[in-house]
Amino acid sequence: MNTASVSLGASVSAQSRLMQLALAALLGFFVMGFVGFSHIEAVHNAAHDYRHSMAFPCH
Amino acid sequence: MTLFRNVVFIAAIAGLVAGVVLACMQAFATYPLIFQAEVFEKTGSGQGPDHAAAAPAANTNAMSSAATAETAMSTAAPAPAESAAPAEEDEGWAPADGFERFAFSVAANIVTGIGFALVLVAVSEFAGGIGNWRQGVFWGLAGFAAFILAPGLGLPPELPAMPAADLTQRQIWWTATVVATAGGLGLLAFRKSLPLALLAVALIVAPHIVGAPQPDSFETAIPEGLHHQFVVAVTLTNLVFWLVLGAVVGVVRGRFTGMATSLRDSFA
Repeated sequence: MNTASVSLGASVSAQSRLMQLALAALLGFFVMGFVGFSHIEAVHNAAHDYRHSMAFPCH
Repeated sequence: MTLFRNVVFIAAIAGLVAGVVLACMQAFATYPLIFQAEVFEKTGSGQGPDHAAAAPAANTNAMSSAATAETAMSTAAPAPAESAAPAEEDEGWAPADGFERFAFSVAANIVTGIGFALVLVAVSEFAGGIGNWRQGVFWGLAGFAAFILAPGLGLPPELPAMPAADLTQRQIWWTATVVATAGGLGLLAFRKSLPLALLAVALIVAPHIVGAPQPDSFETAIPEGLHHQFVVAVTLTNLVFWLVLGAVVGVVRGRFTGMATSLRDSFA
């Protein structure tokens, strides 16, 4: 681990730090999953060209 | 929740920048190929029984697509107006061609860019954080390998109208491959024991031994050359996207912490 001075949340405890980072990663996966993997037709159509261009499994 | 807020802030800036860059590259490199493929999709779907199976899913998007494809269809089929109209209603909403369609693609780029950035920043914080743009480039390379290169080996980028296996199965394989590859790369980079390095290699190789779900038939109306061009375009645009994403995270994070760290030993 880095020294506290270069850490983003210098004062947080280890447990809180783990929780917050996990939460951020989870939010990221959720956003990715919704745009890239959602089976909802309207979402699929809106992001269609993008999904193809990202090699997300599509159709 | 200071840390969470900071991570989201950095990810938002990096995702915005990299997403816009990617959208610009896609507008020139990949979208024209998709539009070309949709013309084949339209004309090809009526040709043989092979395409009939794929037609319901494939047509879903084609209906909503380029005006050129619409005209291609009307010339291909004698009376498409009546048959096309009800099908179009079944497909649900889709953005209109032209600006609206591109605008939604740009939005998807930015939103997903922020999603990728959130994961990148959060994961990298566990390893001490991305201290500067050069470290960011290496993190970006890792992200590219995990999210594009590894899944792309088993499931190459596809154009519309190309045959593919069951969607859910491919999505499961894609996700598992990304997780396994990222885990393997992490072990290789941050653990110094030989057994763990071997485990890392096994993790990276395993999804490809299991094998990606493949379609029953690879027959398609899409020319081989067009598909190859698309695979190259997708891979390279995403490589640049990940390099930019990592580098911007490094720069923004450096500003944020008030001091850019020197290169860590592991990346020297």
